[in-house]
Amino acid sequence: MMLNSLIMAMGIAIGKIIISLLSAFAIVYFRFPGRRLFFWLIFLTLMLPVEVRIVPTYEVIAGFGMLNSYSGLIFPLIASATATFLFRQFFMTVPDELAEAARVDGASPMRFFFDILLPMSRTNIAALFVILFIYGWNQYLWPLLITTDPSMNTIVMGIKQMFPSGDDVADWPVIMATSILAMIPPVVVVISMQKLFIRGLVDSEK
Amino acid sequence: MATVSLRNVKKSFGKTDVIHGINIDIADGEFIVIVGPSGCGKSTLLRMVAGLETVTSGEISIGDRVVNGLEPMERDIAMVFQNYALYPHMSVFENMAYGLKIAGTPKGEITARVEEAAKLLQLEPYLKRRPRELSGGQRQRVAMGRAIVRKPSVFLFDEPLSNLDAKLRVQMRLEIKQLQRRLGVTSLYVTHDQVEAMTMADRMIVMNGGVADQIGKPLEVYGNPQTEFVGGFIGSPPMNFLDVALAKDMPTQAARLGVRPEHIQIAQTGAQAHGKVLYSEALGAETLVHVKLADGSFATVRQDASLAQPEEGAQVGLAWSKADQITFDAHGQRC
Repeated sequence: MMLNSLIMAMGIAIGKIIISLLSAFAIVYFRFPGRRLFFWLIFLTLMLPVEVRIVPTYEVIAGFGMLNSYSGLIFPLIASATATFLFRQFFMTVPDELAEAARVDGASPMRFFFDILLPMSRTNIAALFVILFIYGWNQYLWPLLITTDPSMNTIVMGIKQMFPSGDDVADWPVIMATSILAMIPPVVVVISMQKLFIRGLVDSEK
Repeated sequence: MATVSLRNVKKSFGKTDVIHGINIDIADGEFIVIVGPSGCGKSTLLRMVAGLETVTSGEISIGDRVVNGLEPMERDIAMVFQNYALYPHMSVFENMAYGLKIAGTPKGEITARVEEAAKLLQLEPYLKRRPRELSGGQRQRVAMGRAIVRKPSVFLFDEPLSNLDAKLRVQMRLEIKQLQRRLGVTSLYVTHDQVEAMTMADRMIVMNGGVADQIGKPLEVYGNPQTEFVGGFIGSPPMNFLDVALAKDMPTQAARLGVRPEHIQIAQTGAQAHGKVLYSEALGAETLVHVKLADGSFATVRQDASLAQPEEGAQVGLAWSKADQITFDAHGQRC
């Protein structure tokens, strides 16, 4: 169960970062028709939390045969308007001259992205990773819906399943111990990324 | 090393025309300064040569190639930006090497070239540092270094000194000029500072509202301005513009009279104009005397500090020789 949670949380955090970095890059640096429209469409999805669209999402995932799979756990949660927005704001503070200097140096757009934008957003990425990892780790409703096979259950579900139902006697020490264990990975992530995380929230590297 | 030529280059953003046709042939190794007030299109012109801005009509060629449709890197240019545009996460060495790395230059050659440039710019002790650990002048040098290592045929400078303090600016001005002489690379330099233009240029382009008002050697532009704007913009304090009635035997179309402040003397006899001294500024070597003339216009006199400094509020006479006066017509053109 810990492993399932770990895969799901990592998948969501890394996937979200990759997708939102790329979409923010497209929105900020490329002039294509409907640029603003796309930005607002992405922004609009902020108003539709998982719970609101959970039934149609379930339908789609079931249709793809992704029930009881890691992809089913990860993909529906992988697009993030918040992260896209955050990176967009960050990219907009990067001086235009930097992109122009890279152009004069002969860097292609993707080269500019990987060589310059990506290292510059390092602290933002770290901060976001911490937040998104915890978000993914704490998912409860979605895994509950799409995983019926116990081998695919996540740790948060596991804790809930330990709760007594009906006349059972609760084994509270075990439940508490499990909760503590379940907290370890997020704590490790926070501590290991603490330095970058704080820098990402506090100062901008320019 | 290459010549650059602009043939009737125009630029418009939507319906607004910002550059109304510029023509110039720049010789190999020449240092051209484009000078003008904010919004006159000087940076846009430079960015068109760089390839960062498209050309609406006309032709830009570098060497023998028309470069209108080429990407910046294919034009064989290097550019120094106003805020330096150094990559913040890279060391000084990596910043300077980046262009070469993309071009696929062998590692050994990159190191050699960067070290050579660093030596030239006295940046050797700082190669491992990040840009934010450097002072303004050092960052400026790194930006120069990044341009030098690529051995381009044209250098483009976009107001490179405007973020530096006054003293450093004077020093860097000299360094840039010396460096350009030594390397012999054709350069285009944009500035709004007429002192930089006067001191650095082999030839300068004075721009006003998207038009090149005058193209010429600094002293020629200073001594013989073709328009009223050029007279007022080049020179500090600017040229005095006086009523034509103050001089005799003027051409009929003359509307204004231009006289440089250093060509006016405060004189009691033979004065052509009279006025009241508003205040005088003693600068040490020279004194600027601001005078309000009888007709309500203002004039500035630049005189040697050894001469008697008139009291504020005193009535004085102003005299100048006929050879030093320049006449402009109603449209600000020479006549």
